[in-house]
Amino acid sequence: MTNLFNYIDRPSPIHRLTGATKFVCLMLWSFAAMSTYDTRMLIGLVIGSMILFKIGRIHIKDVSFMLGFTVVFLVINSVMIYIFSPHHGTEIYGTCTYLWGTSGRFAPTAEQLFYHLNYLLKYLATIPIVLLFVCTTNPSEFAASLNKVGIKYSVAYSVALALRYIPDIQKQYHEISQAGQARGIEMTKKASMVKRIKAASGILIPLILSSMDRIEIISNAMELRGFGKEKKRTWYMGRPFKAPDILAMIGCGLLILLSVFLTFINGGRYYNPFI
Amino acid sequence: MKKFGVKSIVATGIGAALFFVLGRFVAIPSGVPNTNIALQYGVLAFIAAVFGPIAGLLAGLIGHFFIDFSYGWGVWWSWVISSAFFGCVVGFATSKIDFESGEFGASGIIKFNVAQIIAHLVAWAGLAPVLDILIYGEPADKVFVQGLVSAGVNIITTAVLGTLLCIAYTAAIPKKGSLKEEE
Repeated sequence: MTNLFNYIDRPSPIHRLTGATKFVCLMLWSFAAMSTYDTRMLIGLVIGSMILFKIGRIHIKDVSFMLGFTVVFLVINSVMIYIFSPHHGTEIYGTCTYLWGTSGRFAPTAEQLFYHLNYLLKYLATIPIVLLFVCTTNPSEFAASLNKVGIKYSVAYSVALALRYIPDIQKQYHEISQAGQARGIEMTKKASMVKRIKAASGILIPLILSSMDRIEIISNAMELRGFGKEKKRTWYMGRPFKAPDILAMIGCGLLILLSVFLTFINGGRYYNPFI
Repeated sequence: MKKFGVKSIVATGIGAALFFVLGRFVAIPSGVPNTNIALQYGVLAFIAAVFGPIAGLLAGLIGHFFIDFSYGWGVWWSWVISSAFFGCVVGFATSKIDFESGEFGASGIIKFNVAQIIAHLVAWAGLAPVLDILIYGEPADKVFVQGLVSAGVNIITTAVLGTLLCIAYTAAIPKKGSLKEEE
């Protein structure tokens, strides 16, 4: 399998957790970070995620490629928020403190900057965890683990099939594209946009029709082997839960409780230092 | 309704893989920074139309989840759910079209496109922004503009690519009564 999802095989306590545990923890953690806008909790989560990142023995240079996308995404989103709603912070926090004696629609307010800080923290709290999950979870084990956390095995098997066939489809796309280029179809930046879209659809039709044949072949093979007869199945990559797995899940579950608790204390999702 | 059997499980997996490859590697820049023309929705609509709502829902969910995942910017749940929703709605709305008979004429094209346009509008101009506001607390103006732009772009690519795929697929299936007894 090509290293599509950047899995790095490097022994660490986080690698030793089962895929199911990491999946559950990822969900709980991102849900906790998603639901709260409490700055104190977000800072805690950011620090926690950095520490976990270190424990997972993932280096910044392993993920620098992915971080690049994230930074671009983050900057564009922040700028868009500022352009469309420069007073979103004022609406949330109920006060309006102009900074540096300015006023007007695009003038910076303390509330808006505080909202942007929280927005940034939310990202910083989740991104390292997602990267950690991507880097420390074997994709095949991930599919097996979905079944373990209560998802029907037919669905888990769809995930496994998708992971299995992504490299094949990619390769086939490349082959069809090269065959087209050999016949003189321009696909690079030199061609106009309309031409490129046309050329891309010219590749997609053979690609998808051959994928339909592939579906036929795979489903026949699976049916011949009696797939879907039993209620349960076993997984080659599946592993049993151990004590650290259970502890990790309980820990992440507590984060959700903390987030709910803070929502009650603050009387809403936002921690408001302005009143 | 189309049954969720072994074939649908495989179609879901392959559909998700196609969705991922097109969304991740076959990006045609639209001119606006960081927005690519999303060809994957044409394929998703096609898979949903042929294999039914559950396959559409799961292929959208899994494919979009993997795209977000491989970029590493965190899983943007509001949009992942909207992709799944789109697949599901197209699957339901096109369940009357019978692809296996090899007939996909003007009425099929109209049904398919009406379904995809409605599904895109509800998913991107309705569901995705509302979830963005509810889950992430983002300002309404920004998310609705984003949603409307992507709904527009997706409708066009689905109309072109999805329709072409349906026509090409049905053309490859032998029509009912295409064999005649020798006289």
